[in-house]
Amino acid sequence: MLTILFDGVAYGMLLFVLAVGLCITLGLMNFINLAHGAFAMAGGYLTVVMMNRMGISFYWCLPAAFLFSAVLGVVLERVLYRRLYDKTHLDQVLFSIGLIFMAMAAVDYAMGASPQIVKLPPSLSGRVEILGAQVGIYHLFVIVICGLLTIGLQFVIAKTRFGSRLRASVDDGRVARGLGVNVTGIFALTFAVGSGLAGLGGALGAPILSMDPSFPLKYMIFFLIVISIGGTTTITGPFFASILLGVADVGGKYFVPEIGGFIIYTIMVAVLIFRPQGLFTRSAAR
Amino acid sequence: MIPDSPNKPAGWLLWRTRWRWYELAFWAAAASSFFIFPSKLMLISEIFILGLLAVSIDLTLGFAGLVTLGQGAFFGVGAYAAGLMAKYGAGTAPFSDPLLGLLVAGSVAGALGFVTSFLVLRGSDLTRLMVTLGVALIVEEIVTQAKDITGGSDGLQGVMSSPVLGVWSFDLYGRTAFWYALIVTFVCFWFCRRLVNSSFGLSLLAIKGNPLRARTIGMPVNTRLVAIYTIAATISGISGGLLTQTTQFASPDMVAFHRSADALLILVFGGSGFLYGGLIGAVVFRVMQDFIGNITPQYWLFWVGLVLVLLVLFVRGGIIGMLMALRERFSRKGEGS
Repeated sequence: MLTILFDGVAYGMLLFVLAVGLCITLGLMNFINLAHGAFAMAGGYLTVVMMNRMGISFYWCLPAAFLFSAVLGVVLERVLYRRLYDKTHLDQVLFSIGLIFMAMAAVDYAMGASPQIVKLPPSLSGRVEILGAQVGIYHLFVIVICGLLTIGLQFVIAKTRFGSRLRASVDDGRVARGLGVNVTGIFALTFAVGSGLAGLGGALGAPILSMDPSFPLKYMIFFLIVISIGGTTTITGPFFASILLGVADVGGKYFVPEIGGFIIYTIMVAVLIFRPQGLFTRSAAR
Repeated sequence: MIPDSPNKPAGWLLWRTRWRWYELAFWAAAASSFFIFPSKLMLISEIFILGLLAVSIDLTLGFAGLVTLGQGAFFGVGAYAAGLMAKYGAGTAPFSDPLLGLLVAGSVAGALGFVTSFLVLRGSDLTRLMVTLGVALIVEEIVTQAKDITGGSDGLQGVMSSPVLGVWSFDLYGRTAFWYALIVTFVCFWFCRRLVNSSFGLSLLAIKGNPLRARTIGMPVNTRLVAIYTIAATISGISGGLLTQTTQFASPDMVAFHRSADALLILVFGGSGFLYGGLIGAVVFRVMQDFIGNITPQYWLFWVGLVLVLLVLFVRGGIIGMLMALRERFSRKGEGS
């Protein structure tokens, strides 16, 4: 029982790291980037290549995945995404679906369609007993890393000057711009960090989630659920939404495997019906 | 935009509904493809069906301005409804009748559309995208889970429709399928054409342009949106049913996400807001798929993605939009000289 809760929390935290960049960019620029999962996939596959083909330690893969996806994110943002900010939502959706398709086919071409398996280093495999429950060491590792990241992000956003600029831009981009905040610059940086976090999430997730070319499409819906439940104005909202989703998904698949897949979709539709602005958003939604 | 329309509203409305020579030419070309490409009849029937699905999206997107990512749900529901009718009614004539199957497919999909339309009324574009996507995913999940009824991921085998109107049975070469798909598509299209040119269709355009103003001049905005969403779902269901009946097979692939994405791509490719955009887009899309698929079947998705990206970045209004821009340029040159 506790094990499932634990696994769910680990899974949820992973989802949060994967999705948080999307939440911020969506809130900041009102830009629907469905291709966010492609950055996560980039990080995951980089890990696969580095570990299985070059034999580099898993610990080095994590920062490498972050950097790789961040750079990829910045390049794409400057070259392509920038042109779409003033287009309609439909255009943005089509554009990012196009990117997903291209990423999927490209990965298929380079790596093949079969799921890639990442072998954990011995120091991270195995189980320990906490509070009488068997817990995978890797899940613990994921929780610690993601927890630290969350605290770090929360600190940056709540306490630093960059954070206050970011919050100002999310709350009201026009006024922030009028007050001399470089919203475009902040956005580029946030996009990079968000993509980087997605890449890191992909690397962290590579041993647990299956890495195959359909990854961006498969997890797109999870990101969207996180956003629809958590809202885009804070990062605590998406955080709790991710945990809820992770626990519900893991628990649902364990206890009622026949209908396990429905639970998360049902949660999403229910939330959208009863709280269209999200479960954890502030009352004064934009 | 309207060069020589009469000024009176009634005259303008009539002017809009008139059949143009190029429309007749389009349908004549569609029918004559039976004689020009006798070996590709199944492909052409599929083009009609995809086109009809895209037209149904055009109703919601191009005319009412509702963004949807989940039209595949209605398509799939219609496909399975028609498939189940044909499978379990096999032999006994009234149940496996294809027209009855289409009717059921349309009604079931329409009912689902009606129920889910209330979700679509709320919120922004983003919420709509997520709700429609969510509905499509739930339908997909149900189809793959309910193995006893739908055959799960193996698909629905043994779909045998009885002959159309009791006369023409579906043959191996797709001759019956061709005419059947063409006629059903044309009838549905004709209905859509009447619909968007009616006062109802004009009110949809008004709602798309500015929902707030439409409401202030007394339009029942929500009722209209529910109506058009339901109608579009019905037509999607009919097109799904058509596909099952003509291919005699239904698989979870018909409900999958890429159905919705493909259909949306087809529409955007052809140009939304013209009805013909969906049909023209389907022709180009399917021919392209056939062509590229022969070279690199596995990486077809890459080219779809590339086309989508380029389309969004550089082309406004799809193929029809380009044609109209060309015509405008030429006519302006004519005036200048």
